[in-house]
Amino acid sequence: MSQSNAVTNQDARGDVTDRNAIQLTPPVDVVEDNTGITLYADMPGVPKDQLNLNVEGDVLSIEGTVSIAMPKAMQSSHAEVNSSHYRRVFTLSKELDPSKISAEFAQGVLKLRIPKADHAQPRRIEVRAN
Amino acid sequence: MYGSLFPRDVLAELSRLQSEVQRAFDISPSIRGLGRGGFPAVNVGATPETLELYVFAPGLDPATVEVNLDRGALSIAGSRKTELPAPEQKASVHINERFQGKFRRVVSLPDDADPNGVSATYRDGILHIQVKRREQSQPRRITIQ
Repeated sequence: MSQSNAVTNQDARGDVTDRNAIQLTPPVDVVEDNTGITLYADMPGVPKDQLNLNVEGDVLSIEGTVSIAMPKAMQSSHAEVNSSHYRRVFTLSKELDPSKISAEFAQGVLKLRIPKADHAQPRRIEVRAN
Repeated sequence: MYGSLFPRDVLAELSRLQSEVQRAFDISPSIRGLGRGGFPAVNVGATPETLELYVFAPGLDPATVEVNLDRGALSIAGSRKTELPAPEQKASVHINERFQGKFRRVVSLPDDADPNGVSATYRDGILHIQVKRREQSQPRRITIQ
């Protein structure tokens, strides 16, 4: 896979070496409410088809590759973003239901909704006084 | 009592230290502190005809972003609203790393930037600003007679 327009102007390289390159850690917000967890991640520059979400066992991984069209003759003079690959991994807890994860991705912001499994939904426990 | 066992915020303390070290070793930092770690991050490049700025600002409404060019200084300003729940809602925030609130960054452009040739597009969370360079500063081949 060749990517001449990667953000860091790297030469076209194979997918395997890319994985060993420096990775960006996308900043996230994680909010939990009664019915599940919502995760927001900032991944600017990643088009929808370059976003990769994966659940393996209880490990959720979020990956994305930046793809920006840049002029061929451009020379970089100042770079604060030094990599074109985002990756972050989370361990899910067992009360979450990974089969029901839903995702939205718009303008570089990923929104993941991970509902809790039915058996883990909150229920009020009645306290009885004898 | 616990204050001494767990210093208030070790990570914040470390990142402060790191930025201080970075500042000390930066050979010629810009007066506007074009440093690392701010929001939004900016990558800058140049071609013989244009200057290219890539502003990494995800999740914005492009209508609310202000890009101004004033006497050679390009400023990018806007604000990002929070996705976090209001405190009265029954929800707990476990991680809160994403930027929220107002931001403003100023980049000084070289003298040959053309104030009439600025265009900005927003796509996939990246604001791309292209500034044309004036004709006379473009490299030109001089023919020998």
